[in-house]
Amino acid sequence: MKILTHKLTVTTALVSTLMFAAVTAHAQPQAEVLHYWTSGGEAKAVQALKEDFEANGGKWIDAPVAGGGGDAQAAVLRSRVLSGNPPAAVQIKGPNIHEWAATGALGDLNAVGAAEGWDNVLPPLLQDIVKYDGKYVAVPVNIHRVDWIWANPEVLAKVDAEPPRTWDEFNAIADKLLAAGITPLAHGGQPWQDATIFETVALGLGGAEFFNKAFVEKDPETLKSDTMKKVFDQMRKMRGYVDADFPGRDWNLATGMVMRGEAAMQIMGDWAKGEFVAAGKKPGVDFLCLSTPSNGGYILNSDSFAMFKVTSADDNAGQELLARLILGEKFQETFNLYKGSIPARMGVATDKFDECAVKSMIDLQASSESGELVGSVAHEIAAAGAIRGAVLDVVTEHFNSDMTSEAAVERLAEAIELAE
Amino acid sequence: MKTNPMTEQSLPAKRPLSDWLRWNVAKLVVAPTFALIIFFVYGFIAWTGYVSFTKSKMLPTYSFEGVYQYVRLWKMSTWHVAMENLLVFGGLFILIAIVLGCLLAVALDQRVRAEGLLRTVYLYPMAISFIITGTAWKWILNPGLGLEKMFHSWGWESFSFDWLINSDMAIYTLVIAAVWQSSGFVMALFLAALRGVDSEIIKAAYLDGASLSRIYLVIILPTLRPVFLSSFFILAHMAVKSFDLVVALTGGGPGNSSIMPANFMYEMTFRRNQIGLGAASAMMMLATVMAIVIPYLYSELRERKHG
Repeated sequence: MKILTHKLTVTTALVSTLMFAAVTAHAQPQAEVLHYWTSGGEAKAVQALKEDFEANGGKWIDAPVAGGGGDAQAAVLRSRVLSGNPPAAVQIKGPNIHEWAATGALGDLNAVGAAEGWDNVLPPLLQDIVKYDGKYVAVPVNIHRVDWIWANPEVLAKVDAEPPRTWDEFNAIADKLLAAGITPLAHGGQPWQDATIFETVALGLGGAEFFNKAFVEKDPETLKSDTMKKVFDQMRKMRGYVDADFPGRDWNLATGMVMRGEAAMQIMGDWAKGEFVAAGKKPGVDFLCLSTPSNGGYILNSDSFAMFKVTSADDNAGQELLARLILGEKFQETFNLYKGSIPARMGVATDKFDECAVKSMIDLQASSESGELVGSVAHEIAAAGAIRGAVLDVVTEHFNSDMTSEAAVERLAEAIELAE
Repeated sequence: MKTNPMTEQSLPAKRPLSDWLRWNVAKLVVAPTFALIIFFVYGFIAWTGYVSFTKSKMLPTYSFEGVYQYVRLWKMSTWHVAMENLLVFGGLFILIAIVLGCLLAVALDQRVRAEGLLRTVYLYPMAISFIITGTAWKWILNPGLGLEKMFHSWGWESFSFDWLINSDMAIYTLVIAAVWQSSGFVMALFLAALRGVDSEIIKAAYLDGASLSRIYLVIILPTLRPVFLSSFFILAHMAVKSFDLVVALTGGGPGNSSIMPANFMYEMTFRRNQIGLGAASAMMMLATVMAIVIPYLYSELRERKHG
């Protein structure tokens, strides 16, 4: 057995060093890839990865599971793992990676990671997410920024508004817009969208330290603190800035409101940019991308592929090839141009990206150095599903009722405790 | 013709087999489905029941932890909201659908013209899936899109119907959509039963000078008791199961104000990696159905014994 594993390591090492030579004699790299990117720009992005993989001699087995934002895929994955036949690479994100790693189902990519120098190119926060027990178990494909304000410059000009730098300035602009009869904030009343606004406010008013203490360490004192009450106070104000018909609206419809000038701003991750671009709008001209008020903060959301333990040499070779390609500069550029996000590795050439993406890259670097970079709660990076769900429940209940901030913080602490 | 001695010899031996077949063919035919139901329905109910007593999260685990998940479940305010919604929705939905269905059936029973067409019109909503019903009603009830906007554009500016976006009223929009979908079906059940009522009785009552409304209230409707019961049970289990209507119409919102137990179960099990908690909520839903079905079965069995 030991000899066999040794042999395997040798083969895989060979494969990874002779990547661009013909390696099919030893093992043909193959990978079954389970993902839920089945529509629009996402499907194109996956296609790019597939072509790259095949051009390097790999055999790609596509296993898309449409629908449900990954719920359907999770069910498939669960049954595949339970039956002892996991796919090689699976699109999983955030703490779910650690949960799977804790069951011992994930492989080890440290060899590729060391050869490719991932430690030097990935932001430390992202390394924490894709590493378990010091071992790389997953590879990130992109970084989405969550704390964006998408604004219509024409509408803002009607009230002579400058981009807000603090939440007080934001409120002042919004009040002016209200007085002018314009809806300040385009918003869709779905729990995850409520929580998206909530986390940008939390980072803006409390800073990264507060944010992490509350949602990563789940410290009850911080959850019930005065700062958290102020966050809920601001949420109550935000409730006054949305139009009456917001409940249940999808996020892209809210983006459309900004585009058509029916509302001034939307707080949403940079997938909203795709809607503007698809409608032929130019960043900086037809729409503005402003970061939400914070002290140089950045809320990160990232998709990744986790590599499950596979036994055959072909599969192992496939996984290593896939991991190398995914974090390679070429793929990072093509993929993220399609997807509207920015590369997961730092230092990729910026010339092909639009000004919003470039701003995102610069801010990412800066916040990573200043320690103001945090993982998203609403998008399941900083907190696992159960905790995220608890936050969503309370935030959305507060947003859609007349609950006081005092009651909301008590409820938040209680819900998070129950969720663990 | 050459006869085969073997056949003649084996004939007597064949008869018991064909006899056996004749007596048991029904059992044989039913056996596979019976086995499948035992395994896939009752087997999985038992499995879910067991999992609800564990601390299963992402993957099921099997170490027994007692009622831990049930304690957690009943501490969660979202679950309380879901159960209250089930009571409100279930109660109103069953009541209104039965009353409306019954009235429609009585009205159609008056030998109206074009009855066939009307019957089809009322029955057709049942052929539509709840997803479609929910989506259509979402558009109709959305203030910026449907009824309210229509009346505003016709000049009735003060008209307001914002139940869909009002946390306190959203649950009633589910009742509206579900009643719209199901009352035609209840009507069909009642109409069939009304047609089965012996016309001699009605004629006799006429001769005795009873009014039409009295005939219906005192004579006909009481004979329809079994139809009331079956409508009640069909509608009750639809209420407990309702999931897709909520997803399509309100998405559980605003906030979580119109969430139902099935949505809670799905959210916990498949989105939040809380299989144990999801299983506990599923068992509570089963208990709700049992609370309705068991008294019914009991009364039915007792009646049969007496009868």
